[in-house]
Amino acid sequence: MSHKRTTIPVHYDATGHNQAPAPLSDATGRQATIGLDIMSREELDSFGTELDALRLRTLESLGQDDANYIRRVIRIQQWSEILGRIGIFTPFFWPTFVAGIVLLGLSKILENMEIGHNVMHGQYDWMNDPLIDGKRYEWDNVAPAQDWKHGHNYLHHTYTNIHGMDKDIGYGLLRIDEAQPWYPNHRFNLPAATLLMLFFEWGVMYHGLELGDYLKGDMSKEEFLARKKRALAKTRRQVFKDYVAFPVLALALVPMVGWWAPLAVLGATFTANIIRNIWTFLIIFCGHFPAEVQTFDEDEAKNESRGQWYLRQLLGSANISGTRPFHILSGNLSHQIEHHLFPDIPARRYPEVAREIRDICERHGLPYNTGRMSKQLLSVARQLGTYGRKPSDPYLVGNSPESKALRRAKREAARAEGERAEHLTA
Amino acid sequence: MGVVRSALASRAVGSVTSPHHVDHYLEKLHPLWTAEAVRAKVVGIERETDNATTVTLRPNGAWEGFTPGQHVEFGVEVDGVRKVRVFSVSSSAASKGRNFSVSVKAHPDGFVSRFLNSRLASGELVYLSQAQGEFVLPAGLPDELLLLSGGSGITPVMSMMRTMLDSDVLMPRRVTFLHYARSRDEEMFTDQLDQWQDVPGVEVVRVYTREPDDGAEIQGRFSVDHLKHLGIDPAATLTYVCGPAGLIATVRETYTEQDAADQLRMEYFKVPTIDPALLEAAAAQASGTLSFDRSGTAAENSGNTILEQAEAAGLTPEYGCRMGVCNTCAIKKLHGAVRHVISGEVNANTDETIKPCVHVPVGDVTVAL
Repeated sequence: MSHKRTTIPVHYDATGHNQAPAPLSDATGRQATIGLDIMSREELDSFGTELDALRLRTLESLGQDDANYIRRVIRIQQWSEILGRIGIFTPFFWPTFVAGIVLLGLSKILENMEIGHNVMHGQYDWMNDPLIDGKRYEWDNVAPAQDWKHGHNYLHHTYTNIHGMDKDIGYGLLRIDEAQPWYPNHRFNLPAATLLMLFFEWGVMYHGLELGDYLKGDMSKEEFLARKKRALAKTRRQVFKDYVAFPVLALALVPMVGWWAPLAVLGATFTANIIRNIWTFLIIFCGHFPAEVQTFDEDEAKNESRGQWYLRQLLGSANISGTRPFHILSGNLSHQIEHHLFPDIPARRYPEVAREIRDICERHGLPYNTGRMSKQLLSVARQLGTYGRKPSDPYLVGNSPESKALRRAKREAARAEGERAEHLTA
Repeated sequence: MGVVRSALASRAVGSVTSPHHVDHYLEKLHPLWTAEAVRAKVVGIERETDNATTVTLRPNGAWEGFTPGQHVEFGVEVDGVRKVRVFSVSSSAASKGRNFSVSVKAHPDGFVSRFLNSRLASGELVYLSQAQGEFVLPAGLPDELLLLSGGSGITPVMSMMRTMLDSDVLMPRRVTFLHYARSRDEEMFTDQLDQWQDVPGVEVVRVYTREPDDGAEIQGRFSVDHLKHLGIDPAATLTYVCGPAGLIATVRETYTEQDAADQLRMEYFKVPTIDPALLEAAAAQASGTLSFDRSGTAAENSGNTILEQAEAAGLTPEYGCRMGVCNTCAIKKLHGAVRHVISGEVNANTDETIKPCVHVPVGDVTVAL
């Protein structure tokens, strides 16, 4: 069980499909304000209806081609993995050794992005094939699928770019948005991001533990220990395979190559993992953190309509332009906008869906953030640099006396509110 | 399972292919080379009646065999979707070789059964489970045995009968094979049943309910009189019954009245149906029962989403967005039809993944919760 709710279930009537997800609706009936500066409520509704229709049209057209596609990608990934593993067993001949590293890295990229990420979104559940079932699939990454899915599929994809709810804004490590409070460690934004890039899979695993929630008391000890146990078990399996089993097999090469053969295999696998880490980091950061991407606060998003939900996804993501192989290697997450609008549509359909989305955006006069990887990356780097510097506004500095006073005032107001409610019920 | 398959399915190999099962790789080399997943190739298709077919399968080495009376999950891939139904094995367990057959009557609304009858071809790949089910003969056969079936419910008892006749085990002193079909034309295995008329110790009685034979000794639907006429004492006869729900209900009542319920073994056929008229009625007013398989509870269908009904029944299923986005709540629906609340699409496959937060039951539904 990845998500246990402690409050009384709020009734969310999925029939309408046009209300905010449960925890973001309140009894005030006041509607969300997202997008009201650029569209009327009616226009937002028709925007939502158009996107719903596009989603259904695409889902209905799924068939054998999509099934063949994902199996073809898996087949290519597996051959790439097998040839890669053979290649790194030839440290005596550097061209095949290097090719082995590249192929193994490629296989891990394909497995994590176009296969793992997309399968775990349930994009291929309609096929009813147990080997690519979103519930059962486990990916080639130290982060256990279950906890990753909770943080990603649920929190990140439902509450996209809402401060305090989507924990993927800066991953609790970086300051990437002005509305995040600044702390002194953010001076090291750029070096921290570089380290995260190199060891991204470990960052994802650590993020899935949600240690912050546990320390704040938002998560029970049992839940935290269960997460820790899953993470340890998965890490053990991954490390055993990559850094013990195959290097031990490479002992057979020692008489022929020399004592260092197992180390060469270990080093090659390590390099392949780093290649995958860098690539996934770049794709994800370029899809979420360029300058024009917008973030929201909870109040804006309370009681949002279906159209507003879609709009938030649109404004909260950015695309990367490129060639077809590039899109496939990115798991089609170069179409981050389409992915956020329709996370359960097989990603190979995003390019065709994108044409219609751009058309819809043009008609409604909405921004559609896309650009070359170099442009998006530069923007991300600039953001990290800008928001790493101490802001002049003391309210943006997390530990300034002004911010502390503000938080204290908020806490007291909340307590007073609670007491009044208690008094009234009594 | 052979030595090679056992080795491939071992933990040592698993730790090298982790996080994937070795079958994930093997099936890409050849779909039948899986170590644990049972798969088979269609090697024969034989027409039994106008709308019933016997499909002979050659399973891969992962198949562990069957006991007569057991059934098997039978999956075919159509337009990229694996459709799964459960069929009884109809062939003899004592025959040579590993091949076995299932016999299927096309149900007008049953997608897979119709597919089997019209489109399945020799050489095609079938996704199977291991044989399952407790509807099997006991180790020691009793003196008196009654195999009672109706319509396509004949398949499991056919397998029992064939196995008994093929093997060297001691036959019961008296075996009665009582079968109900609408007419001789609609009867499956007619030739084989004709042959058995002359086997000593075996009494084959066929009742055609719509077009009875002239001078047939018993006529019409099953009743206690049929047993009396055949001289069968329910209390002293181990009885296996398989067929439509109506037949089984009547037989069960009869046996209960005769104080012989402990002699009765039953197997239901669950035919998934989407009758458009029924569907509309069910959508307009919630009907049927929503059963939660794992927790062993059930509730009257209230018309709400399956997630909400499960919560109302006191279960705490996993969930996330509650709007069909995040897939956190996805579960297997085992039987019955469900409607997507947004698209209105109805899915009636056995064993398919659904999102309970955006699906409502249409009629009787069983989910793995």
